[in-house]
Amino acid sequence: MKRNWNWSLWAGFLFALAGFLSYTFFVQFPLTRDFPWANFLLFGIGGILLIVGLTRAFGKPKLYRGKVFGTILTILSVLVFALFSYIVFYELKQLPASAEAPRVGQKAPEFTLPDQNDKQVALADLILSPAGKPGGAVLIFYRGFW
Amino acid sequence: MRSFQQRLSDFDTRGIRVVAISVDPVETNQRHCRKMGFTYPFLSDAKAEVIRSYDLLHRGGGPKGADIARPAEFLIDSTGIIRWVNLTESIGVRARPEEVLQIFDELSGKVAP
Repeated sequence: MKRNWNWSLWAGFLFALAGFLSYTFFVQFPLTRDFPWANFLLFGIGGILLIVGLTRAFGKPKLYRGKVFGTILTILSVLVFALFSYIVFYELKQLPASAEAPRVGQKAPEFTLPDQNDKQVALADLILSPAGKPGGAVLIFYRGFW
Repeated sequence: MRSFQQRLSDFDTRGIRVVAISVDPVETNQRHCRKMGFTYPFLSDAKAEVIRSYDLLHRGGGPKGADIARPAEFLIDSTGIIRWVNLTESIGVRARPEEVLQIFDELSGKVAP
């Protein structure tokens, strides 16, 4: 007798992959960025599907396939989840402490740098308040696009 | 970066300039701004001198062990005094424009529009 295709194992693995690959998508939105709960939700759904699939494969081996590939897919999913957690909770947090960074109430260090049109721009000019407006500047230091 | 471009008019109405700073050369910034449609200044601190003076240098954080800036945001008022600092703990988590606007409005004692 041909055994049933154990779809939930594959679906579970795909959800785990989606949980990992969707990080660059969800990180664009404030709601899903600060804590990657949307990714964890996908991993969670994947986990449940894998458990369902494995229960079928090992509980009713005569009805369902998947003892071998189900185990492989589950191990791969766990590895993907581990890699995701490592990146999000460890690697992305490897930043210098910046203990000497200027603090609230201090004068911002003055600078003059070229902008994208190679025009020299000074902080003193940036913070000038236009007529009737409070004025100021937001400095966004970023890693670069290389 | 994109989110700040989208809210740029809200910064304009308050007279706040949005400024991005990295070690990227002018050519990279020019190309990138054209491609992404960024209209606010992207400053090139190729030698990381300003980044160093703000103690934001991430040694070896870039490609091939290059020194780059760690992500950080500063709100500076029109007298040059720093009013708010955000030193993120994760590269993936950056300040949102809404957050900066709200803080600015609170500091200037006005109700957010």
